[in-house]
Amino acid sequence: MHSLVFDIAHMLAGGLVLVSFTMLYQDRLYALLNTFALHAFVLALSVAWQAYVQNAPHLYVTAMIALVFKAIVIPISLHRIIVRLGIHREIEVVVGVGPTMLFGIGLVALSMVVMLRVTAEADPLAREDMAFALSVLLLGLLMMVTRRNAVSQVIGFMSLENGLVLAATGAKGMPLVVEISVAFSILIAFIVIGIFLFRIRERFDTVDVGALDRFRGEQR
Amino acid sequence: MNVDAVSAILLIPIATATLLAVLPGYRLTARLNVLAAFLTFLAALSLFFGRPEPGPYLQIDDLNNVFIVLTTFVGFTTSVFSASYIEHELEIGRLTPRFLRFYHAMYQVLMFAMNLALVANNIGIMWVAIEIATLTTVLMVGIYRTHEALEAAWKYFILGSVGIALALFGTILIYMAARPVIGEGLDAMVWTGLVARAAKFDPALLNVAFVFLLLGYGTKVGLAPLHAWLPDAHAEGPTPISAVLSGLLLNVALYALLRFKILLAANPAALAPGPLMIIMGLISLIFAAFMLYRRRDIKRMFAYSSIEHMGIIVFAFGMGGPLANFAGLLHMTMHSLTKSAIFFAVGHIAQVKGTQTISDMGGLTESNPVLGWGLIIGVVAIAGLPPLGIFMSEFLVISSTFAREPWLAIPLVFGILVAFGALFLRLNGIVFGEPHGPTAEAKASYVPMFAHLALVLIAGIYMPQALIAWFQNVARLLG
Repeated sequence: MHSLVFDIAHMLAGGLVLVSFTMLYQDRLYALLNTFALHAFVLALSVAWQAYVQNAPHLYVTAMIALVFKAIVIPISLHRIIVRLGIHREIEVVVGVGPTMLFGIGLVALSMVVMLRVTAEADPLAREDMAFALSVLLLGLLMMVTRRNAVSQVIGFMSLENGLVLAATGAKGMPLVVEISVAFSILIAFIVIGIFLFRIRERFDTVDVGALDRFRGEQR
Repeated sequence: MNVDAVSAILLIPIATATLLAVLPGYRLTARLNVLAAFLTFLAALSLFFGRPEPGPYLQIDDLNNVFIVLTTFVGFTTSVFSASYIEHELEIGRLTPRFLRFYHAMYQVLMFAMNLALVANNIGIMWVAIEIATLTTVLMVGIYRTHEALEAAWKYFILGSVGIALALFGTILIYMAARPVIGEGLDAMVWTGLVARAAKFDPALLNVAFVFLLLGYGTKVGLAPLHAWLPDAHAEGPTPISAVLSGLLLNVALYALLRFKILLAANPAALAPGPLMIIMGLISLIFAAFMLYRRRDIKRMFAYSSIEHMGIIVFAFGMGGPLANFAGLLHMTMHSLTKSAIFFAVGHIAQVKGTQTISDMGGLTESNPVLGWGLIIGVVAIAGLPPLGIFMSEFLVISSTFAREPWLAIPLVFGILVAFGALFLRLNGIVFGEPHGPTAEAKASYVPMFAHLALVLIAGIYMPQALIAWFQNVARLLG
């Protein structure tokens, strides 16, 4: 029984890393959004499984937030924003899919080496979870770095944040997890509202962050 | 009585924020803002005379008491400056009354978040408080809604969020390290408990956690190479916010870093956090010192100067030991007072001249003598000339470095000198020569600026014995 518990948790956390990888090479915004919704869905399953294993009912709240807010509300509203901004047909130039994937593999290897070594004494479930969480976090960072589009940078940030939620639920009995996931949801809601309200497209004529670099305040 | 002081520090700002969000009329709200900030400052002062026992959520000790008093004091003076600054912004139509209501409410929310981060006895609550502080400043930086302001806010948002995410990962790792020793649940996130039993934690886990925390909170301190948000955020937001960012928010992030440093120092097997902080401090100092030369925007210039000084402060705390810690604390206090005074001057100057570009200013000592000379005193102070307070603290940093690691003193002195040259080169163009541009009288309140500068001057000439003893005590606490 114990090994089954472990295997399922392992599979879900590993699935999260896998979905992170597939997000790296999505060059259409719709596809990226759908993949992100899947990411959040896998996270919700993983958190719910942790809640069941640890017998910690409050984690179900975190799972529900992940499911409702991140897998449904955010993708739908971003979908609308993309249509409203008229960038749904845009194909993003992803900096070399091959090198990015290789770099991502390197990051995952790095996080395995670091986390498995330092958590040698923790229980195996938490160890694996922390290692996977760090991988998801680093892959999210990688995505934010390789994208030039404000919307996909936000998606990168949200996937990074999913890694954090995974880490927080993996650390058994950690207090304030629910509060922290609520705080993060507020942060993300702000970002999304920010994109919409500031009408980045209207202001800058493009959501390509590269174009924002013109306004450095130092040009002459 | 004691418990009341701590809750007053938190409740006054948050209650005022709610009130300010609904009240119309800028005259009333600006005054209310000042009054609330003043009451919070009084509550903070009362902590000197008695403090509550640390609970699972809040605590007051010698270290954060200094930070709280400094934060509430600068918060109060900035609110006075803000009242006159905002009046002008309203007149020229850069802000509308609706945005102003939002601005005042956010100002108090920011004060609340910073105070909460300082009094928190819980690493989770501290993290949440710093996140709230980041969010409110992002909103305020973008308040003018120009191209530049939006870009600055966006950059700050993304970089700040990444920093905050890394800090949370570090926080979770600390909890992981504490859990086997302290047990599950809230206790494993309480500072006082963590520090008391840190010696038994797994050192490897603590090391990794500290790297994440240094990167995460270091982003908020503005350490190079994670500083990219800082100059934009300072230049494009309203000037009172620049003053609060430089003078206070950077300190709050630094405070978080110092707390974790104490935690690591309590575990003999963990890596020494000092060298990492020394390296990041020196890089920030030298990088920012060179960046000062090519600045054309006055607020960006002083933002880089903040990076430079945060570099010096982090360097001093990285050196550790009673003398360097004392110097670091003193420097932090002096920098907060001086930099906010400079931003008070710069805010009014930019309003008089209608621009922030340095080359469009000139001859301020002739056209607006009070502002011009105020800026000169501020820059003389920030550059570290005697007899002002920063000379004292920089001298202490350098001499304590010479005594222990003479080689490290060379890049330190080099960086300070480079920055010195840059500041005076630019200052010369701003305050002397033929007056440029509009020379209208400034409708300014000079009291906050000169109050800060007077404090810095007094500290440079004579430090009360009680204050020295207090700082020495804190320096010992920092290890």
